[in-house]
Amino acid sequence: MIYQIILFAPLIAALIAGFGWRYISETGAQYVTTGALFLSAALSWIVFLTGEGTQIVTIARWLDVGLMEADWAIRVDTLTRVMLVVVTTVSALVHLYSFGYMAHDEHFNEGESYRPRFFAYLSFFTFAMLMLVTADNLVQMFFGWEGVGVASYLLIGFYYRKQSAGAAAMKAFIVNRVGDFGFALGIFALFMVTDSVTFDAVFDALPALEGQTIWFLGMDLPALETIGFLLFIGAMGKSAQFILHTWLPDAMEGPTPVSALIHAATMVTAGVFLVCRMSPLYEMTDAVNAFIIGLGAVTAFFAATVGLVQNDIKRVIAYSTCSQLGYMFVAAGTGFYQAAMFHLFTHAAFKAMLFLGAGSVIHGMHHEQDMRNYGGLKNKLPVTFWAMMIGTLAITGVGIPTFLYYDAVGIPLGLAGFVSKDAIIEGAFAGEAYFAFWALVIAALFTSFYSWRLMFLTFYGEARGDHHTHEHAHESPKVMTIPLMVLMVGAIFAGMVYYKPFVSYGADAFWASSIAQQETSYGESAYGDDHGDDHSDDHSDDAHGDEYAKEEYEPFGHGPDVADNYTYVPGWVKLAPFFAMLFGLLGAWIMYIRRPEMPANMAAAFPSAYNFLLNKWYIDEVYNVLFVRPTMWLGSFLWKKGDGATIDGGINGLAMGIVPFLTRLAGRAQSGYVFHYAFAMILGLAAIITWFAIRGAA
Amino acid sequence: MDGYLLSIVTFLPLIGAVVLAVLLRGDDEAAQLNAKRVALVVTVATFLLSLFILTGFDPENTDFQFVEEAEWIGGLTYKMGVDGLSVLFVMLTTFLMPLVIGASWGVTHRVKEYMIAFLLLETLMIGVFCALDIILFYLFFEAGLIPMFIIVGIWGGANRIYAAFKFFLYTLLGSVLMLIAMMYMIADAGTTDIANLLRHEFAYGTFSVAGIQIVGGVQTLLWLAFFASFAVKMPMWPVHTWLPDAHVQAPTAGSIVLAAILLKMGGYGFLRFSLPMFPVASDLMANFVFTLSVIAIIYTSLVALMQEDMKKLIAYSSVAHMGFVTMGIFAANQQGVDGAVFQMISHGFISGALFLAVGVIYDRMHTREIAAYGGLVNRMPAFALVFMLFTMGNVGLPGTSGFVGEFLTLSGAFKANAWVAIFATTGVILSAGYALWLYRRVVFGELVKDGLKTIQDMNAREKWLFAPFVAMTLLLGVYPSLVTDITGPAVEALLGNYELALAEAETLMAEAHDTETGH
Repeated sequence: MIYQIILFAPLIAALIAGFGWRYISETGAQYVTTGALFLSAALSWIVFLTGEGTQIVTIARWLDVGLMEADWAIRVDTLTRVMLVVVTTVSALVHLYSFGYMAHDEHFNEGESYRPRFFAYLSFFTFAMLMLVTADNLVQMFFGWEGVGVASYLLIGFYYRKQSAGAAAMKAFIVNRVGDFGFALGIFALFMVTDSVTFDAVFDALPALEGQTIWFLGMDLPALETIGFLLFIGAMGKSAQFILHTWLPDAMEGPTPVSALIHAATMVTAGVFLVCRMSPLYEMTDAVNAFIIGLGAVTAFFAATVGLVQNDIKRVIAYSTCSQLGYMFVAAGTGFYQAAMFHLFTHAAFKAMLFLGAGSVIHGMHHEQDMRNYGGLKNKLPVTFWAMMIGTLAITGVGIPTFLYYDAVGIPLGLAGFVSKDAIIEGAFAGEAYFAFWALVIAALFTSFYSWRLMFLTFYGEARGDHHTHEHAHESPKVMTIPLMVLMVGAIFAGMVYYKPFVSYGADAFWASSIAQQETSYGESAYGDDHGDDHSDDHSDDAHGDEYAKEEYEPFGHGPDVADNYTYVPGWVKLAPFFAMLFGLLGAWIMYIRRPEMPANMAAAFPSAYNFLLNKWYIDEVYNVLFVRPTMWLGSFLWKKGDGATIDGGINGLAMGIVPFLTRLAGRAQSGYVFHYAFAMILGLAAIITWFAIRGAA
Repeated sequence: MDGYLLSIVTFLPLIGAVVLAVLLRGDDEAAQLNAKRVALVVTVATFLLSLFILTGFDPENTDFQFVEEAEWIGGLTYKMGVDGLSVLFVMLTTFLMPLVIGASWGVTHRVKEYMIAFLLLETLMIGVFCALDIILFYLFFEAGLIPMFIIVGIWGGANRIYAAFKFFLYTLLGSVLMLIAMMYMIADAGTTDIANLLRHEFAYGTFSVAGIQIVGGVQTLLWLAFFASFAVKMPMWPVHTWLPDAHVQAPTAGSIVLAAILLKMGGYGFLRFSLPMFPVASDLMANFVFTLSVIAIIYTSLVALMQEDMKKLIAYSSVAHMGFVTMGIFAANQQGVDGAVFQMISHGFISGALFLAVGVIYDRMHTREIAAYGGLVNRMPAFALVFMLFTMGNVGLPGTSGFVGEFLTLSGAFKANAWVAIFATTGVILSAGYALWLYRRVVFGELVKDGLKTIQDMNAREKWLFAPFVAMTLLLGVYPSLVTDITGPAVEALLGNYELALAEAETLMAEAHDTETGH
């Protein structure tokens, strides 16, 4: 029952708020939705802290056609429990925050009721997201998958009077549909080879499919790799990975709480969740994993470069999200699902906080989003400043390098991002994905740079831009700062507290069968206290090392068991992200505090590079030329030339002989002759039939 | 009553039409209102009676049920009955007709004749789905055109005569070929009973005419003749161009009937005749149908994208959605065929509601041009909501009935031919493109056009009209078993026979081949 409440409370609240707000008042609608979300969040934490094993609760039948059987069901295992707390907690806090943020909105006229709609959408989104993470089959997951898509569409387009919002909403939906195209084909292919869409049945069928082929794209392709690839296209769309990322920055058109909830903490991580959920499949698809690693690394790097020069505070964070998702995919691709989920978990806390913090700045600055018009806000927005500071420290990965104390303490000491991101970077190295390793380290440097750039431009230096706005800049009300403080706790401690269960000693037991875990030796002495001082040197002479050596020849992807080996990487590997973080900070400090004239000079000195980054590698422009305009042209062409000239032209030509006849009839239509004509026709036909029938039957 | 239930349901609307024709006099407001009331009462009564068909129907029994048989004029037989393939189409028709009458409440021109035409149409449409005698089927099938033809021709828009004749010409061509094929079948099988024809095996030995080899022989020729008729009705690319014109010119209620019910006759025909009676030919022709279906999905979606007239846009999107139906039927597996039936039912509600939505704003602004609108949400929030729901249904959002049909037909098609599924699945991207773009242009944005500044949101009648559409779209999206439990066993039986026939044909052909080569 507890699961049903977690799942349906947001839906019921959304319906009440959306359709019944006139009876319970606007404020009532806000309380109902927010209350429902806090209830869901509280229950989710109970489930997370006490639950174990896998439970499946079937609610109702859904699709049941031949072998295609998909129920409405709730599947709760560790993977789901982690997602439950992430989704409901961030959602509850965002609901609360929206009390303040949405209190007055200049996009709406006096007296317009937009708040119930906003809260209803938020709650509906949460419901769809929960459906996604609790699905026990791929079709229900697809339901949630598209459900969050439509909620995202509605919320991006929330300011419906803005042309740009409408365009962004549409773009988000359509680009996501490109991903869903792959996802759907993946489901079809999986259904064809396994005769099922339910996770358990699919996973049971997988081993037998190793080496089988499937006829696809006119070729015999390896079945599992094809399916894995197709499903991953879905993940690319939802998680805004390179080439399908273009919708995410535009999605910032939505109100800021939406960006925090949907476009940072929850929906965009659905792709990572999908790969982890399907981990038994991805354990068997080396080529796809190589692709996932490569694409994740490229995205992490690409998005970080674009983030360097953006001026809109939300766009910087959006690209940052895109980049961080790339990290998660690298981890998932190396088979280190634990770290992917760990980073998803910590990222939700600090990225939601960064967005909500940015929202607080925007709120305090009268909806100014251009950082060039900020500056010196530290004292005017103290709580927001500290929240953003903690968020920045977390995302840039501030912590104490582990070689100093790891054996004594057993966990890394640092903020959330430090713990989870470094695990991914080390995992990439341990997984011999060296390209990805370097891409991630460089991306970490850029991350540090743009994050600090954001901090310096916003909170330090002189006030820039409209004088009036700065004079009236104010700290946000408590309903907005309290969620920030809660998330602050998460951003500081989530990494350290959950390090052990997520990616260390406790991982085997914690994740259990919810993700594909190779046999690890966490529980045994190999990782225990008696381990030597320097992991990188001594690993070759224990059982562990043998395994490492044995699998070393495998080229890429799941060579060595990453989850088990990532802590044994050389010391310099562990220090690399740390120094990347320091260099980024230093660079930002020099350019935005020490010598603030420098960025402009550099942009002037390298205009093409600057414009390339500022214009996001011109990808939108390229797509416009490659896809949008040709599609429109083709549509017009087929309509005018295909339907018009060719088909209708041909028909009209054929009919030319009878056209005069028709026009004559047309003249009579008013006077009811059509009716007579038609009646005569049916009688004639009937007569012919009768004659034939009698003859035929006789 | 059970014994005559189908006849009662079928002919009750006709009786209503006769009552109107004979008893109602005058054309003043009171008479008009009476005509509307009579039509509404009759259609509602028909619907209520048809519920007995649904409750009395046993899905597990794959034979025809509620069968009635009687001698008729000139040695013909009157035989009616339903099975799992047809019963839901009967229900769809009786369910929608009261709504169609309700949507016509604003008609002022020749109201009596208008109502008579629709009542007559209802009888003929139900008849198509119930007829178990091939000549009876033909009569219903062809005669159904006439009221529709009249509805477009008399109550249509400015260019109605052109549209009506285009509609008529297209369908007539197909009908003639189908008629000839039927004559041959009757002669060959010696029966007009569809149940017997289903058991008859039509020859499929290859022969050649004037040097051209006809693989599949007689079956192929018969299949093609039926195809000519059903493909126009669906409509399939490239014989679809009558539909946008007919829709544009038809009054709102006419568009609803056309999209929601009349288009389904083609799909029903494929299921009742083509697939079970000509299995060898269907198998041979599957790739041909797949090709046309895929072209329909992609081509008409692209064309829909560029439309400037709302009704045309929805009409083109209907053609694309019917592409999924033909694809599913000829995938010839459980998901494909069940999905196709589901898609037809679902499309009845979704496209019907979309045309109704266009009617709502057309009644206010008297234009269907997309560019004439913009920012409607500012004054019509209730309209914006229902239009959003059906837009999402149209793009096949899971949770609406539109998803189930698309998903099932595509997964069926994937099994049959992965290429087809790959191309057809691009339809989910394209549909999002045209549907959301339409929505954005009509509903979102600032409300700047002067004419729109005083536009009123939906009134109570309009809201109530949408309610059943909303309910069915969501209900079937969340619990599709309401449909698939009824169609499932029938489809399973159909496919069982189909596979059997194909296997048999294969053995025979192999034997023949062996004999030829002298083994």
